[in-house]
Amino acid sequence: MTMMCRLLLLLVLSVAALPAHAQTEDPFAGLASDDFDGISQAITALALSGDKQAAPTIRALQAEALFAGTDGALLIKSDAGYRDARTGAPVADVDEDSLNPVKVNNKVRRAVEAGLGSLDLFAATPDIRRKAAEAVFTSRDPAILPALARALAQEKDAGVATVMREAQAASMLESADAVVADKVAAVATLRLRGDLEAQSLLASLHDQPPAVMAAASTAISAIARLQQLWSIVQSVIYGLSLGSVLLLAAAGLAITFGVMGVINMAHGEMVMLGAYTTFVVQEVIRAYVPGLFWASLFIAVPLAFMVSGAVGILIERGLIRFLYGRPLETLLATWGLSLVLQQAVRSVFGANNRDVGTPAWMSGAAQWGGVTVTYNRLTIVVFAFLVLAALMATLRYTALGLRMRAVTQNRRMAAAMGIRTPWIDALTFGLGSGIAGMAGVALSQIDNVSPNLGQGYIIDSFMVVVFGGVGNLWGTLVSAMTLGIVNKFLEPVAGAVLGKIVVLVLLILFIQRKPRGMFPLKGRAVEA
Amino acid sequence: MSRSALFLCLFAVLAGAVLLAVLNLAVPDGAALHVSTYVVSLAGKYLCFAILALALDLVWGFAGILSLGHAAFFALGGYAMGMYLMREIGPRGVYGNAILPDFMVFLNWKELPWYWHGFDNPGFAVLMAIAVPGLIALVFGWLAFRSRVSGVYLSIITQALTYALLLAFFRNDMGFGGNNGLTDFKDIVGFDLHADATRDGLLVLTAVMLALMLVIARFVVTSRFGKVLIAVRDTESRTRFLGYRPERYKLFVFVLSAVMCGIGGALYVPQIGIINPSEFSPANSIEAVIWVAVGGRGTLVGAILGAVLVNFGKTIFTGALPELWLFALGALFILVTLLLPNGVLGLFAKRAPKRATTVVQEPAE
Repeated sequence: MTMMCRLLLLLVLSVAALPAHAQTEDPFAGLASDDFDGISQAITALALSGDKQAAPTIRALQAEALFAGTDGALLIKSDAGYRDARTGAPVADVDEDSLNPVKVNNKVRRAVEAGLGSLDLFAATPDIRRKAAEAVFTSRDPAILPALARALAQEKDAGVATVMREAQAASMLESADAVVADKVAAVATLRLRGDLEAQSLLASLHDQPPAVMAAASTAISAIARLQQLWSIVQSVIYGLSLGSVLLLAAAGLAITFGVMGVINMAHGEMVMLGAYTTFVVQEVIRAYVPGLFWASLFIAVPLAFMVSGAVGILIERGLIRFLYGRPLETLLATWGLSLVLQQAVRSVFGANNRDVGTPAWMSGAAQWGGVTVTYNRLTIVVFAFLVLAALMATLRYTALGLRMRAVTQNRRMAAAMGIRTPWIDALTFGLGSGIAGMAGVALSQIDNVSPNLGQGYIIDSFMVVVFGGVGNLWGTLVSAMTLGIVNKFLEPVAGAVLGKIVVLVLLILFIQRKPRGMFPLKGRAVEA
Repeated sequence: MSRSALFLCLFAVLAGAVLLAVLNLAVPDGAALHVSTYVVSLAGKYLCFAILALALDLVWGFAGILSLGHAAFFALGGYAMGMYLMREIGPRGVYGNAILPDFMVFLNWKELPWYWHGFDNPGFAVLMAIAVPGLIALVFGWLAFRSRVSGVYLSIITQALTYALLLAFFRNDMGFGGNNGLTDFKDIVGFDLHADATRDGLLVLTAVMLALMLVIARFVVTSRFGKVLIAVRDTESRTRFLGYRPERYKLFVFVLSAVMCGIGGALYVPQIGIINPSEFSPANSIEAVIWVAVGGRGTLVGAILGAVLVNFGKTIFTGALPELWLFALGALFILVTLLLPNGVLGLFAKRAPKRATTVVQEPAE
């Protein structure tokens, strides 16, 4: 037993002694040499040594502040005086005449950069290690392979380790004396990375063994397929984002037009009022409680609902109720109303775009594989679905929703049951308008807040509702998402404007085929 | 619409235009009765809009088709005329290119696009100003009426049509001058467009065309065909059950109306001196609807009256109180639909009930 212990102890000691032994060969000595090759080799050796003083010394060389004394001493010059490069201790009484700067040419500079890069591979913060590994991936210097291997062996962060392996693979392919099997493995690693950089790196390979070239060419086509897949995923995500904007803009309309059958051309202005509510809320917060800015949108959403909803109820009571059963007249009157609302907002807030800020938690973007999603778009997608869910729940589970459905299905019977139908009409219209106001809060984050904000959405919203089938919220959801995705897939093929035109023409043709939308209501409601 | 109202309107349009032209040409500058060229071109503009309103009243007032894209046909006719006027500039453009209009030289185009050929001939341009809106209306109307798209749905897809055209004409690659449109015209069939006499001539020509169209429209709506059309407007399904084919009646009047708009647009462009994609904006089409509503829907004469009245009001307002114009226009939309369903002419009809204008009634849906 004691024997075993001793043996183990010996083993541990000898392993521990190994690096110490490597350090005894002074890697600093070469820096004082006369020829550039010697200096370069010394820098590389120093960078690989793991010595604490390696980094400051090489940085000093980069800043041309490294001096060699005639006695072999290496000194770093700084504002505070000289320090010994080997120990880092201050050195007093330096005879400046005996010092020569360590000479630098382009080769040395390259060595310095590579050396610093490999030093960063051992930095304490994972971010710096990751950056260093990425730099190696771009520079692809085989000389760094040993350092990389060592860094990889002690790397604990899985993400950084992956980047290091990729850097190792990239450098391996450049190395003249790596074995074929290693190179093929390197190609496989790059294939797994699967981005455009890996693809162009593989495409740039030449003078490699046939096995490597063959592996590379299959890897290139695999990456190309992957990229195509990512671009489809990205288009779908952009499409969902556009679709949720359309959904938000159309959800309120699905109530006022879809359920009530009222053509409200001022619907876009309800959206605009919501956006301006957000602006006012943010101005108040900026002026009085700047610390609450992050919450401005949470405050704006219910306020916008109330503002637009109240305006909606006013419109229903003051205008639309006189025009029930006369859809074309309703259309004209509400159009007139939209002009009045636009001009009113222009008179109060001015014709220019108002600045609506984005809270910090909504800025930035998430990277996931080959796709990027900005947080504000992501928030809008989530918000759109929440609004739709809330709307459906209101219609399905609340007393108000029950009455609304009763009135739209059979007005006379509902009235006979004691429901005050005019009041329900006003509330339904207010609900639709309020939802438009909430949409305005979201749109203020991605669009210019100007009096014309609503105009841009009115035609699209009507298209969404008509396409989806009037009176059907699920239809509205499917149609908004379909239109959004189709739009985004057409854009790269046909250009943004032409894509929109194509979608409009397709929609016009679609309405010819199915005038009641994708999901028409069945039964007697069709004839109503 | 009474016969006397028709003659009164014809007389007012023709005599008014001739009077303005004579006062502009014959009375020397500075005299009390002199009419400035500005007023002449303004009157020309009103009369072109009156053509648009007349055409719209034909489909809305008599076939129940509320088109929210009629200004698109007007603009298409305008573009056809604009293309001729562009070619007529010839080598006098900024770049001096005898074949290519300036904007094409600017875009580095080498050849005239195929659809620009023939537009050096004014007759061809007029033909196109009639044919292009007519064809688009034919295809669009055939698709829409055949599948019985009607009411609000039709209104919305006509709006989408003009919106799609708006986006298309904004594109530079379309070859219609993009954002800036067509402008800088020099002359028309040899007459200088900046000369007073040409402007007076165009005004009188517009008045004659308007009068002609009013007579044609009146003939159409009072004929047997027109009776069926009104039946279609009031109860389409009942008319269908009586054995008529409503879609054919609607299609004919829709195409006729589009052709009228095209001619109106072709007359509009030389007098205004520019045509650009904003003419396609849906707001323009809806504004035209309110002209008809103000004058009195389904009266023909009312449409002309409404177009002139509203546009006169617009000129006054935008000159004096520009920020109030949209309030006024918006209020007009609301008040007319709420309080004056038969327009200004409806006010007179009440006083003389025997000569009541056509009763406008929505089909009971």
